[in-house]
Amino acid sequence: MRIAHRIRLLAGVLTLGLAAAGCGGATVDTGTGSAQPSAGAAGSSAPAGGGTVKIAINPWAGYEASAAVITHLLEEKLGYTVEKKELAEQVSWEGFETGDVDVIVENWGHADLKKTFIEEKKVAVEAGSTGNKGVIGWYIPKWMADEYPGITDYKNLNKYAELFKTSESGDKGQLLFGDPSYVSNEKAIIENLKLNYKVVVGGSEAALIESATQAQQQKKPLLFYFWDPHWLFNKVELARVNLPPYTDGCDADPKKVACDYAELDLDKIVSKKFAETGGKAYELVKNFSWTNEHQNAVANDITNNGMSAEDAAKKWVDANPTVWAAWIPK
Amino acid sequence: MTSHAPPAPPVQAPRPPAPSARRRAVRPPRWVLPLAGIVAATAAYLAFRGTATLPHDAEAAPFQLVNDVRAWVDANRNQSPVFLFFVNYVRLFVGGLYDLLHLALSAPGWTGLTGIAAGLGLLAGGWRIGLIAALGFGSFGVLGVWEASVATLALVLTAVLLSLAAGLPLGIWAGHSPRLRRLLDPVLDVMQIMPTFAYLAPMVLFFQIGPASAAVATMIYSIPPAIRITALAIGQISPTAVEASFSMGTTRGQTLRKVELPMARATIGLAVNQTIMMALSMVVIAALIAAPGLGSDIIRGLTRANVGVMLPAGLAIVVMAIVLDRVTTSAAARPPYGAARSRTASRARWVSAAAAALAGLALGRVLPAEFPSDWVLRLAGPVNEAVEAAKFSWYGVTEAIRNLTTEALLNPLQSVLTGAPWWLAAAVVLAVAWRAGGPRPAAVAVGCLLATALIGLWQHTMETLTTVLVAVALTLLIGVLLGIAAARSPWFAAVQRPLLDAAQTMPAFVYLLPALALFGATRFTAVFASVIYAVPPVIRLVEDGIRNVAPAAVEAARSCGSTGWQLLRKVRLPMARRAIMLAVNQGIVMTLAMVVVGGLVGAGGLGYDVVSGFSQRADFGMGFAAGAATVLLGIMLDRITQGADARPSLRTTT
Repeated sequence: MRIAHRIRLLAGVLTLGLAAAGCGGATVDTGTGSAQPSAGAAGSSAPAGGGTVKIAINPWAGYEASAAVITHLLEEKLGYTVEKKELAEQVSWEGFETGDVDVIVENWGHADLKKTFIEEKKVAVEAGSTGNKGVIGWYIPKWMADEYPGITDYKNLNKYAELFKTSESGDKGQLLFGDPSYVSNEKAIIENLKLNYKVVVGGSEAALIESATQAQQQKKPLLFYFWDPHWLFNKVELARVNLPPYTDGCDADPKKVACDYAELDLDKIVSKKFAETGGKAYELVKNFSWTNEHQNAVANDITNNGMSAEDAAKKWVDANPTVWAAWIPK
Repeated sequence: MTSHAPPAPPVQAPRPPAPSARRRAVRPPRWVLPLAGIVAATAAYLAFRGTATLPHDAEAAPFQLVNDVRAWVDANRNQSPVFLFFVNYVRLFVGGLYDLLHLALSAPGWTGLTGIAAGLGLLAGGWRIGLIAALGFGSFGVLGVWEASVATLALVLTAVLLSLAAGLPLGIWAGHSPRLRRLLDPVLDVMQIMPTFAYLAPMVLFFQIGPASAAVATMIYSIPPAIRITALAIGQISPTAVEASFSMGTTRGQTLRKVELPMARATIGLAVNQTIMMALSMVVIAALIAAPGLGSDIIRGLTRANVGVMLPAGLAIVVMAIVLDRVTTSAAARPPYGAARSRTASRARWVSAAAAALAGLALGRVLPAEFPSDWVLRLAGPVNEAVEAAKFSWYGVTEAIRNLTTEALLNPLQSVLTGAPWWLAAAVVLAVAWRAGGPRPAAVAVGCLLATALIGLWQHTMETLTTVLVAVALTLLIGVLLGIAAARSPWFAAVQRPLLDAAQTMPAFVYLLPALALFGATRFTAVFASVIYAVPPVIRLVEDGIRNVAPAAVEAARSCGSTGWQLLRKVRLPMARRAIMLAVNQGIVMTLAMVVVGGLVGAGGLGYDVVSGFSQRADFGMGFAAGAATVLLGIMLDRITQGADARPSLRTTT
């Protein structure tokens, strides 16, 4: 690994010198060591076929589960080194341009970013579906759906706003949101449907899970932003609030959204350089595809069973050889 | 005292009711004017509440403007000559330096680097410092964060080297030229008041994400002490010595090298030390723009509300701070030229240092190249269990405290501040600042406040101001009480001192951990974290202030038969007012920095805008503007509180 590193650095210093000598100015992808997708470059020189793959880690357990399994296979089966970069969703895309990110393992839509980085800047490419179906929505604990008739219809939300008031939301109902970086139409939906609610940012997936668990155990009212696939649906009974159904293009203008979220085919995005020079690592990422149940199992181990991402991934890999065998490039 | 005041009248809570000395000549009793002001402000508020409130608009024109600039930069990054021939080269150079240092630090392996650190410690301050360095570096491995620590160390070194390369010459120049100093002072002031968060957006704009951008951001934060303290060191050299040197016919360069620099050596050592400490406190925030290292673990813990993930990284940062602090402090304290020491002793020291480094390198042949995983102390599990247990058993208490503070202090004050017309708020700030400091600070303060409205962030500024005011009030209440207690009881002071020492070494982010664990993500969490962050310096300043009251005055009062309480209230506190006002100023600057960081844990307001500006491209403009608004708010609060007396030019920011 260290040899690979050294070669990378040498290459970086050389390009630096060349760029300076050439007097042609420096573009952002004139690489330094930290800006070279090195998998391909180092792949030829390191004996184990290794190299470094930079995977962005977005802040939710499902993403982490997919990334952990890919990391495990890359490191244990193909001899790569994986550098995990803790980054927010949209920042990860910028990493394609600077060379700080090779792979995003679970992308939620982001048509605008695809347009910018894939079509216009041509620094990223799609690498196929993860097999996971994803949908974002507003949820309440199931006991509330039983107790308050019609509460799952958005038209009745204003009637029940009083129930959801907290010290953070003032005189409006509270809609609990997660990490600031998550995909969000909440403000527009509230405004355009004239709902008497305020988005309160919990700051993390953990805050959402904790509130949802408390809402069930202590029968506290709660309206919150959440998404499937998630293991929480196996632990806490939730009911989804029906916003006006999604139709094609109803979320085209972010300011005018007044509809529910679309069901998304979650996919992988990789940097163009990685797609071209990533070799087997790229093949594996491209082949990776599993079900929501698989992801939930690994995510559940990480969050609830005190396992590190590495251990949880190892457990799943040991238990499901037939699934991942198909991903390993020949 | 001041902090007892109910927060009802806007902006006036942190101001001491005692008016300044020069007002005493005016005839009416001195409470009349402030009281009249409060009554007038209250009446105006009641009459005009809800009018001219400037509610938040996420689409405000200034935000769009910044977004457009960003779009332009994005499109022209590889075409515009400014980027091709300047910005991108800076990025390449800094990135290359980081890679080089990272490689140099990784090359000797964990045993080698620990040995080298021990050797450097030995050289700098003898075997004790060497031992501290060795144990410290060893603990990075034990905590399970060796690789991240090396990356952080490389980032800190990159920023520090660049800061010193630019800061020391500038500092020396400024030390000789009062004109340059006057020019630099306000710039450095702004750099230091500016909450670290505010740097990041422009960095992303010019340098994108990654280590290079993080190193530049860190450098901006860590360069002011390098310049300031160096200038101070050069300025303090006795003119007689310089005169003597010139009279013997030396050139300017010789005087600088042979006289001034050696004489200023200890203080310049302090500059290096402070630069390192500042850089280290920035690494966590820099992780938001993809800086590698320990910060990334802390962000990971924060975004998952997982204390177990954060703790090892947090501890490693503290240990790194302690090691670097001790090594640089003792290196600076060594007598120049080794004059006091015999040749053999200094040779023995070099030999033992080299031996320590070689021993480390040799061990690398025996021990595995990566830190053995069996030796790693796995903290996450037990820590998270403890946190869960604490949360569960204290749930009632923490929930009650949080809700009480939120309902009784935060919400009412916030509705007053956001509900008041902008002109009323401006008038109150003008009046308070004028009274505290005179017309010039007042003009600056009001200008800053109105500027926040111009850039479209009035409401969020008011929300942040609310959190700051509540946090400052609590900080002063606790700080003044503990400071008085420490000044009165040497026993209490002795117990408290090591706690304060430890608290002041910690990087700001560490305070978010317990706050987040106990209170979840709310505004109160940010208040709590900033109170524990800002209380130690307040305690120190108050304690010192009261201690330093002339003993003669105390004796005189005592001989007149004052009781202990009277003595405190009538003699000690009034005479320590300067120190207490300085404590207020420091408390506010520190609280503001922390409240903004609190945007990560639910504090809302400007801090959240900044965080959101990083994570949502559409909000980039708002985040950028929010960074600027935080600076404006900081300057405003600083001008209001510094007016009480002339501020020392050297600030102790941690």
